[in-house]
Amino acid sequence: MSAVLADMPEIAAPATTKAIAPSKGGRPWTFYVLATLFACYVIALYGPMFCIYILSFQDIRGGLVFPMKGRSLHWFVDLFTQVRTGDVKGSFDRSIKLAVIVTVITVVVSFLAGLGFRKRFRGDTFVFYMMIGSLVAPGLVLGLGTGLLFQALGLNASWYTSALGAQLSWTLPFGVLVMFAVMSRFNHAWEEAAYDLGASRWQSIRLVMIPVLAPGLVAVALFGFTLSYDEFARSLQTAGSLNTLPLEIWSMTLNVTSPSLYALGTVTTIVSFIVIGASLGSIVLIQKKRGSRVRA
Amino acid sequence: MQPNPSPIRANLAGWLYVSPLVLVLVPFFVAPILVVLAASFFATDGFGGLTPGFTLASYVEVLHSALTLKLYLATIKFTVLTWIFTLAIGFFVAYFLVFHVRNQLLAIGLFLLCTVPFWTSNIIRMISWIPLLGKEGLINQALLATGAIRQPLEVLLFSDLAVVIAYVHQLTIFMIVPIFNSMARIDKKLIEAAIDAGASRFDIMRLIVAPMSKSGIALGTIFVVSIVMGDFFVVKVMSGGGSASVVSAFYEDVGVLQYPTAAASAVLLTLVLVAIVSLILRTVDIRQEITR
Repeated sequence: MSAVLADMPEIAAPATTKAIAPSKGGRPWTFYVLATLFACYVIALYGPMFCIYILSFQDIRGGLVFPMKGRSLHWFVDLFTQVRTGDVKGSFDRSIKLAVIVTVITVVVSFLAGLGFRKRFRGDTFVFYMMIGSLVAPGLVLGLGTGLLFQALGLNASWYTSALGAQLSWTLPFGVLVMFAVMSRFNHAWEEAAYDLGASRWQSIRLVMIPVLAPGLVAVALFGFTLSYDEFARSLQTAGSLNTLPLEIWSMTLNVTSPSLYALGTVTTIVSFIVIGASLGSIVLIQKKRGSRVRA
Repeated sequence: MQPNPSPIRANLAGWLYVSPLVLVLVPFFVAPILVVLAASFFATDGFGGLTPGFTLASYVEVLHSALTLKLYLATIKFTVLTWIFTLAIGFFVAYFLVFHVRNQLLAIGLFLLCTVPFWTSNIIRMISWIPLLGKEGLINQALLATGAIRQPLEVLLFSDLAVVIAYVHQLTIFMIVPIFNSMARIDKKLIEAAIDAGASRFDIMRLIVAPMSKSGIALGTIFVVSIVMGDFFVVKVMSGGGSASVVSAFYEDVGVLQYPTAAASAVLLTLVLVAIVSLILRTVDIRQEITR
């Protein structure tokens, strides 16, 4: 998604509103076949998710499958009040805090790394492949290694130390890859103009690069927040005694067989949708503002 | 950049910028991998205690067990099936968006529609198949109602089929995005020229679109293969405990504190993954691919 989010500036500017499709006039038969395939894909993508959102609103008789039995918020109340379902409130709280910390660190570190990777330097390939390695390594194995490392050093594993680091090893590669795509579309002439006008390196970053790259930085933040908020495999062995939300969901999938599980799914997806909507919305807003300023 | 910095200063500046990244990756990626590597050579007292030393006993145990072969075969089966389906769906969805949707804003909108679930919880998306595939799920209800079957199908949920469905559901996006990016860069004039020169639809696909999307396919393959091979929770939940993969066996080993065996199997898996990924990387320079 990285490159496409980075592409959005060009799309917002009406460069080509028309025709990537080669043939003009009537649609070829392949269009209808592929359109059907696409529709089926989207339905399969969203359909199951909507099933559990609907089923989470059943009343006390509700089960795990259709038909829907009654309509109430019973399972949402159940989720936050019952001991049986675990410490949902606490883990929810921790996950949000952790995701915010991860987001801030991911944006700052990815931005700096993006600046660094613009020019070749001795050892840059090594750092790059270390990052790719961190991305493709099995999360559970990395988590176990981190857990054992903390144990060997005599440190206590907890969500704000070992799990924070383990999650960063997952969000940072994504963040830097998005920065790569964003930076490759940055026009260096603006930066040089800033230097010619006597700007210091810090001034050119603060007054030229950050405002120009703002949509890309929002995209990095979106990746940082959502990947941390939903991260599971790397946190499993590193979160210590207090669970994050995905760990809580995991233990529920193994124990709880009531629509509480679906209610939790609905709640956590709403949070995700709010974050996605806010991020995409602010990217569009920045683009619009920018467009109007240019025209003015 | 400021004019003519000396090579030494340029190197220093580069390292200064990436130093925070390195400061995270060394303790949380390099060190854990080394710890797992070290643990694979240690002996165990059977209660989770590790005795530092050097023994290949864990590797011998892992390599001699008939289970290992079975686990790898199962993992490869899931990986290949998932790869085929994600590639087929991903390729044609990307093709549709790039070459058939004429309004570019609409294409981007539809593209974002495909990506939104990527930013939501994988576990939730996985369990969302239960009301559909279960014994009393929607698909069985529908099939029973139409009279196509008399007994509810039990292979739908908690089976290998369910595992592959969950993988394809989660991972097709990792194919769509890079393939979409490669296809979007294909010059449309090239295709016009091919049509003018009398190429058929199939020729265009075979000689222009497929070769020029190769780098996107390679990138998507890296993602899909490494995620499926490193996964354990989809296998565990969707197979209902009936199937296992290399990492789900690793998870069970860790659960019973068999750290050295688990570590040895993890090291082997990592070697296999590194081999596959570097083989793919020989066909495509990802760094250039992303920055282009």
